[in-house]
Amino acid sequence: MLSTLYKSTMATLILAVICCGVYPLIVTGIGQALFPDHASGGIIQRNNKAIGAKIIGQGFSKPEYFHGRPSSAGDKGYDAANSSGSNLGPTNQKFFDAVKGNVENVLKENPTLKKGDVPVDLVTASASGLDPHISPESAMVQADRVAQARKVGVDQVKALIQEHIVGPQLGIFGESTVNVLLLNLALDEKFTVK
Amino acid sequence: MTSQDYIQFALFVGMLWLITKPLGIYMAKVFDGTKTFLSPLLAPVEKLIYRILGVNPNEDQAWTRYSIHLLVFSAIGCAFTYAILRLQHHLPLNPAGMGVISPHLAFNTAMSFTTNTNWQSYSGESTMSYLSQMVGLTFHNFTSAAVGISVAVALIRGISRKEAKGIGNFWVDLIRCHLYVLLPLCIVYAVFLISQGMIQNFSSYVDVTTLEGAKQTIAQGPVASQVAIKMLGTNGGGFFNANAAHPYENPTPLSNFIQMLSIFSIGSALVYMLGRKVKNLKHGWAVWVTMTILFVGGVLIAAHYEYQGNPAYTQLGCSTPANMEGKETRFGIFNSSLFATVTTDASCGAVNSMHDSFTPMGGFVPLLNIMLSEIIFGGVGSGLYGMLSYILLTVFIAGLMVGRTPEYLGKKIEGREIKYVMFSMIIFALSILGFAAWGSMDPAGLAGLSNPVNHGFSKILYAYTSATGNNGSAFAGLNANTPFWNLTLAFAMYFGRFFMMIPMLAVAGSLAKKRIHPGGEGTFPVDGALFIALLMGVIIMVGALTFFPALALGPIAEHFEMLQGHFFK
Repeated sequence: MLSTLYKSTMATLILAVICCGVYPLIVTGIGQALFPDHASGGIIQRNNKAIGAKIIGQGFSKPEYFHGRPSSAGDKGYDAANSSGSNLGPTNQKFFDAVKGNVENVLKENPTLKKGDVPVDLVTASASGLDPHISPESAMVQADRVAQARKVGVDQVKALIQEHIVGPQLGIFGESTVNVLLLNLALDEKFTVK
Repeated sequence: MTSQDYIQFALFVGMLWLITKPLGIYMAKVFDGTKTFLSPLLAPVEKLIYRILGVNPNEDQAWTRYSIHLLVFSAIGCAFTYAILRLQHHLPLNPAGMGVISPHLAFNTAMSFTTNTNWQSYSGESTMSYLSQMVGLTFHNFTSAAVGISVAVALIRGISRKEAKGIGNFWVDLIRCHLYVLLPLCIVYAVFLISQGMIQNFSSYVDVTTLEGAKQTIAQGPVASQVAIKMLGTNGGGFFNANAAHPYENPTPLSNFIQMLSIFSIGSALVYMLGRKVKNLKHGWAVWVTMTILFVGGVLIAAHYEYQGNPAYTQLGCSTPANMEGKETRFGIFNSSLFATVTTDASCGAVNSMHDSFTPMGGFVPLLNIMLSEIIFGGVGSGLYGMLSYILLTVFIAGLMVGRTPEYLGKKIEGREIKYVMFSMIIFALSILGFAAWGSMDPAGLAGLSNPVNHGFSKILYAYTSATGNNGSAFAGLNANTPFWNLTLAFAMYFGRFFMMIPMLAVAGSLAKKRIHPGGEGTFPVDGALFIALLMGVIIMVGALTFFPALALGPIAEHFEMLQGHFFK
């Protein structure tokens, strides 16, 4: 029995050193050497200030920016140290009320959008609460508002959205998406708010 | 489903089929102890470890000895993690200053990771220090996977050997599994994940000022190294609370595709290894086909109901009723449904969408998958030994039907083996239904519910099913970080792990001793369509009938409520 205990304890220690020490260090070493930007979080700098991460969504509510999806991360949403979905079930009154409120909000913010045309991803909370993307439709329905707020032609804004639509990866995997933060950064660069 | 969905689906099944044989052959070599291309590098390390442990790699252990060593090793590992979690605030690698972890949470978490469940009553980025994640938890991601694989390998030995006393050496299986299978695969895999945008660093959390001027703190950490093993070892415990839905933990559709593939890879390869070791490849492929049919069926059902969605969306003004609540844009409906099916077919439990927000029948599929005891490729090792218990039962029933002594691959299946198999099946059902009944009646259980009525019952049922099945996914709206939930779930996990494992090791020991009879004309063939149909029949009858009343009260009832537009406060 003692020898079994000894074997178990030693095996635990040795395996802990290999799997929890050597292994992550090898991965960190290779990862930081080959893909330093990815491995360090893909943080974006503007004017030498960190303004976000490429693949982490952030909250937008001003009319001159494209808005992302509703977020349940943290109390105010888009808390990137507190990822979470709403976890509301399909027959929960709170879920119904939340979607209802989101639809009303989107319709109010985008007067040119008609009831019955609201893209479903724009009014439902994402799984992580940090979804960096919206569907191309969700970007398009906001074009009128953004163009008006920035006093530029809708066509120009729509052209910018087109540039930012990323199709399925390798032509096969996943859905077409628009990265909200990158699109908004491009907006700021091209059409400053007047 | 769209045509693009079908293409992705076909590609997934095709890729799985492609990797099954080479990985199966490689693993068969590893566990036979024959040379592989990694031997020049790893054999010296392996020998050194045996010397330190005082293990004679040529010793052949009887099933009892194999089991005892496995249990003691698991107990020590569990205690090791409990200690790290309880002491994390005194230990290094804690840049975010994570505080004390309560005894019941530490016990639940230690049990959860030891049993390959990875049920998480906590949120990773706001509870666990880097040391707790990297050492306390990642340790079990490796070892619990290796322990599961070892049991499956020992069982395969038991079936393929004749008149043998032993079923292999636990320490050799354990160490070889780590060195030759898990670690090399994980290193390559983790680097691929980083190439897709996954993070791997030890920095403190990054503070940024968003475009609208708000502060955002972005959690960091050694994510890729943990994710690689969490998927490959079907552990499923997320680095972040949102698990594989978090953009850092699953950055692209391609990383998503490979993650799903990796969940099935070892389970699938073990099925091939079974066929190879018993010198009946047709049998191996028959089992593989059975699993694939059940898998494909599950995906089609789940995706159908998620696309059909919730009538409330169109009623409120959306353009489609498709259910995007709790799903990520880059994965969409299909890849979320596919992931949910894969993660519950296997005992993984990682999620790329929130199962709690699935439509009732979409969520029914993951729940049923776990209730069938995760034998569709399954948890690494546990999937195969779970499936083998169904196979023995099928052979037994087929034998009774034609009035012959049941035989499996030339070995007589007798009362003893069937008793072990039935024992584990009954414990499985009792643990799920018994605890779910308790949780639904005890005020301490009901206190954790955020969703009312039928959905609330589904949530309780899902929690104990997930724990007993060692899955770890959740209808996450349940606040399970209370003494009641942490303790009852920990015991459910314990029953679900060791009360399945030890009976199957006993079966292995019993089968190893038997002679192999050459099959005659009346022997029930274990390949071909008849076998596949009977096996599926037994799985669905045993699994589904045991749980049908509970499922009717949960997701099925809720489905009709949703269609009628009923909502509950």
